[in-house]
Amino acid sequence: MRVALFVTCLVDGLFPDVGKATVRLLERLGHEVVVPPAQTCCGQMHINTGYPGQALPVIRNHVEAFEHADVIVAPSGSCAGSVRHQHADVARKHGDAKLAEAAADTAKRTYELSEFLVDVLGVTDVGAYFPHRVTYHPTCHSLRVLKVGDRPLRLLRAVEGIDLVELPAADTCCGFGGTFALKNSDTSTAMLGDKMSAVLSTKAGVLTAGDSSCLMHIGGGLSRLRSGVRPLHLAQILEHTR
Amino acid sequence: MTTFLGMPAGGGNLTGEPFPQAAREALGNAQLRRNLAKATGTIRAKRANVVGELPDWAQLRAAGAAIKDDVLANLDEYLLRFEEALTSRGTHVHWARDAEEANRIVTDLVRATGTREVIKVKSMATVEIGLNEALADIGVHAVETDLAELIVQLGKDKSSHILVPAIHRNRSEIRDIFRREMPGVDPGLTDDPRALAEAARRHLRHKFMTVDVAISGANFGVAETGSLVVVESEGNGRMCLTLPRTLISVVGIEKLVPRWQDLEVFLQLLPRSSTGERMNPYTSVWTGPTEGQTSHVVLVDNGRTATLADPDGRAALRCIRCSACLNSCPVYERTGGHAYGSTYPGPIGAVLSPQLTGVDRNPTLPFASSLCGVCYDVCPVAIDIPSMLVHLRERVVSAKRATPESTAMRALAWAMSDARRWRRLVRLGKFGRLASRHVPLPGWSTARDLPQPPKETFRDWWESSR
Amino acid sequence: MSARDEVLARVRRAKVSGSGSGAAAPVPREYRAAGTRGPGDLELFAERLRDYRAEVRVVDADEVPTAVAAALRERGARHIVTAPGIPPEWTAGWAAEQARAASAAERAAAEQVAAAAAEQAAPQVGEQVAAAAHEQAARGAERAAARSGTAELSDPIGRIESRVPLGGDAREALREMLEAADAVVTGCHVAVAETGTIVLDHDAADQGPRALTLVPDYHLVVVRAGQVVAGVPDAVAALAGVRTQTWISGPSATSDIELERVEGVHGPRTLEVVIVRDTQ
Repeated sequence: MRVALFVTCLVDGLFPDVGKATVRLLERLGHEVVVPPAQTCCGQMHINTGYPGQALPVIRNHVEAFEHADVIVAPSGSCAGSVRHQHADVARKHGDAKLAEAAADTAKRTYELSEFLVDVLGVTDVGAYFPHRVTYHPTCHSLRVLKVGDRPLRLLRAVEGIDLVELPAADTCCGFGGTFALKNSDTSTAMLGDKMSAVLSTKAGVLTAGDSSCLMHIGGGLSRLRSGVRPLHLAQILEHTR
Repeated sequence: MTTFLGMPAGGGNLTGEPFPQAAREALGNAQLRRNLAKATGTIRAKRANVVGELPDWAQLRAAGAAIKDDVLANLDEYLLRFEEALTSRGTHVHWARDAEEANRIVTDLVRATGTREVIKVKSMATVEIGLNEALADIGVHAVETDLAELIVQLGKDKSSHILVPAIHRNRSEIRDIFRREMPGVDPGLTDDPRALAEAARRHLRHKFMTVDVAISGANFGVAETGSLVVVESEGNGRMCLTLPRTLISVVGIEKLVPRWQDLEVFLQLLPRSSTGERMNPYTSVWTGPTEGQTSHVVLVDNGRTATLADPDGRAALRCIRCSACLNSCPVYERTGGHAYGSTYPGPIGAVLSPQLTGVDRNPTLPFASSLCGVCYDVCPVAIDIPSMLVHLRERVVSAKRATPESTAMRALAWAMSDARRWRRLVRLGKFGRLASRHVPLPGWSTARDLPQPPKETFRDWWESSR
Repeated sequence: MSARDEVLARVRRAKVSGSGSGAAAPVPREYRAAGTRGPGDLELFAERLRDYRAEVRVVDADEVPTAVAAALRERGARHIVTAPGIPPEWTAGWAAEQARAASAAERAAAEQVAAAAAEQAAPQVGEQVAAAAHEQAARGAERAAARSGTAELSDPIGRIESRVPLGGDAREALREMLEAADAVVTGCHVAVAETGTIVLDHDAADQGPRALTLVPDYHLVVVRAGQVVAGVPDAVAALAGVRTQTWISGPSATSDIELERVEGVHGPRTLEVVIVRDTQ
């Protein structure tokens, strides 16, 4: 299958290893990966901070960049969620019916990585090997916007050598929330503190999730504590072999 | 005036200091946070249990949302039908444009009875309009009879939760308040919840038997029959509704349901979402004055029509005040209700309060959420609170002139709408490698390290390796 | 413009601005509707009541007097009130027990009263209006006064008319009477198995006015099998047109202190239910 990677702005600029891991994983599973060059960002930050009008050209750019892709995969529940659940609405609300229609079509072809692996490719065992103690944080947008359910856990359980431990209060938000972390930094930090306590209580050496943004947040806190816990994207674990 | 289409805004107890500052103060209160975490954790588990018991929860939820949408879409007709049903049975109906007018109507009615004291059933609408304060101004003492409202009143405190206004207090704090403020209380009162409830029972018993005017709200008003419904647990509601000679019910105009049959939906959705019980201990239904009472209903707008005018915000008026969104919200659980500065805290408060007052008087509330979405999941009438918050953020932003934030956002959007421009900007991350080490990002860097930008972007790697 | 006209005008203006005004989608009622689930399951009903820590006895029809008597005896009730229209046999057993327990001289008097009470409860209730209620309430007050002394009650059963006018001395007397009562006995209109709920129709003679079941600290309800429905929609259907209702699910309770449930605040602190099996 020919897969168009929507790498997301955060992975492109700050976490390129996540993009590389996604490419290697998909190629290992026998699929062709392309990276449409016109892509930039989904515009979610603008939409969620109160600037959906400004996001309109960003959405248009995204829709055009992936116009010819059969299937679009993003290593992010949040960005895939914005494409699927916000783009068409924003376009419609701002009077661009044509863009809304095109965005709705893009949405239908867009998958978050674990959805793509489990639902489209029908695999849960991707042949990975990762002999470490790992705990998984299900990010809010994966869980409640995309409703990926236990797909990431099914993929992780099939990883050879992994010691997967349950994260207490896993489905509670880590406190990132985009610009929430800046505008309500104290509350965000309080939420982060509880999330970190939960992570540390598992004695896991690795924290994984399907979104680099939440991992950046929790990982940034764990780093400040010099906890030694490594944040790794789901793709980075699934890509790992003997 | 930034209410929708210039609709008149509501007044009363709906605003406070900016959320980030108020939250900061609350977050520093370890006792408060322990109390909240314990209470909300308990209620979340109970709710999940009893909701999970019903195989048709999703269908009930869909019906609940649709019934309320029907009410909102035809509100004028249902209000007239409700008024007609009430007056035909002898209930006096009054209308109030805003909090001030509602208070004036109630205080006039109370004054005419000559009483110095009224007993009150827990009612968010009367807290919203500041009725107790208005009554105090004419020398009438309003006795709160719900246990939690009584704790708040005796503690000279403010409500912090829709359902359990004293959720921020633990048992020993409550015992201290009772020992200090409750006349004739046993000085040896313990902090056993049973003993505390018993103390409240004794304290209020005499009031129930002697005070002759009661003030209530209503959970539902049935347009078809003119029936009013109060859902409660302790029996204080029954006492107030039954024994006094005069009953005044203050009801928001959105509280209607069209048909008697519709209660079959809401009497399943509300108790399970609210206290996590299959059914609350007592629900009172009355249709017209009962047993010789004089009955008044005050229908209050106070910003509800302004909310109704916004097609992307009006669904907030579906709310049946169950408080499931508060109990589930990770922000509310940590800050508590006072930080929201409004009678309506938590996620629903963050979308309702700014709409009732106009976003200019509550500009920080729409941002008081990480958009995690749990509020939408648990809402029994399927209010998409996260999308509504996002919509209200836009209203806040567009009500303001250019700010440094809006200028930066505009520049960023300009770069993001073209791949070449964007890649040039992302490559500046190399400079960022230097900067991030030394320049703290306000807010972020207080508790989190910034990621170190990579040597090359993904896109550069992709192009160089293919 | 009056407040009424202005609020209505605002509503109409808001509707125009909103999309799809006046045309909300039809209500999807795909949940378990009234009449689709058969009769209520008595065992489930009993279990749900016990979950609320209500006392429950399940008996055959001919055992009701014994069950009511046992419940009241265990409760230690001395002075009960009942709705006027309850079948007299419900409390006859208890009245007889009281009579037997009384001294020889008092026994004769009490039996006479019990018989009179049973007779009085025949369905002539609709005729008894304000005057009777006044009289009853006044008698209640006398009894209350008597009870505060050491005298044995000669008439242990008070019956409260269902349309008691509030106001004036009658109401005060009624309150005193209710406050003096140990227990109240009523029937019900409908009950819900799934939620353990009992609903009273306060215009019905066997259920009495609202205050009757509110003030005494112990409420005993007799529920017939045929009154138990499966779910809330069944009950709502059965209650169409009933003007004044109280839905009761367990004893009075609060969760206002740390969300920990405590039974017994202002309403009756004990709810006891006698469920009568259908013996046909």
